[in-house]
Amino acid sequence: MINFLDITKETCPMTFVKVKLQLATMEEGQELEVILNEGEPLKNVPASCEEQGYKVLSIEACGDNKHRVLIQK
Amino acid sequence: MADKKDLTIVCFSGDFDKVVAAFTMATGAAATNRKVTMFFTFWGLNVLKKKQGRAWLGQGLMAKTFNFLMGGRKTLPLSRLNFGGVSAGLMTGMMKKHNVATLPELIEAANALGIRLLACEMALHILELGREDLVDEVEDIVGVATFLNESENGHIIFV
Repeated sequence: MINFLDITKETCPMTFVKVKLQLATMEEGQELEVILNEGEPLKNVPASCEEQGYKVLSIEACGDNKHRVLIQK
Repeated sequence: MADKKDLTIVCFSGDFDKVVAAFTMATGAAATNRKVTMFFTFWGLNVLKKKQGRAWLGQGLMAKTFNFLMGGRKTLPLSRLNFGGVSAGLMTGMMKKHNVATLPELIEAANALGIRLLACEMALHILELGREDLVDEVEDIVGVATFLNESENGHIIFV
């Protein structure tokens, strides 16, 4: 199962909140793909996931100032 | 894992904009790994009332009148430019337009994130409100000593 979340339309604090709540529903080892905007979400969402002990597998730009972040629980 | 301080937010105000600010900080902090407690007292208790509109709660005439005028979650006034109560609705419309979480969404997120909601015993006593008048998500009714003990090693924000 691929978990996917697009938070490009969200603003603070729902950007982190949605990622955190989505990760909470997932099993350990599962991956979550998050599309987010640069700036605040790109700076803080991957960092806060790592703090929670999750692994940020990749961060890549996907055009239009958006980034695709792959997180493993 | 970084060692993060707990956060306690004292929600004294029942103003719409200040309550939004309190829940924004609370949910942001909880989503970034902080243990968050919100302690509601006086005007802030309006947010926790089961009755979201105006209701004659309490026993005595004074308490009933105060509770009716103070209202509930759906009648919170803006701290400025309230225009007789229409502004909170207008502001909610602007928040939706700009994809900013509305107050009901923030409260739902706070519950989903496991933020602890505490109610002030003394203020409830003055307003003649009981546990049954508050939403189920309220974890406990406590006094200032408990609140201070539990927030000793963290940050306290007063709203």
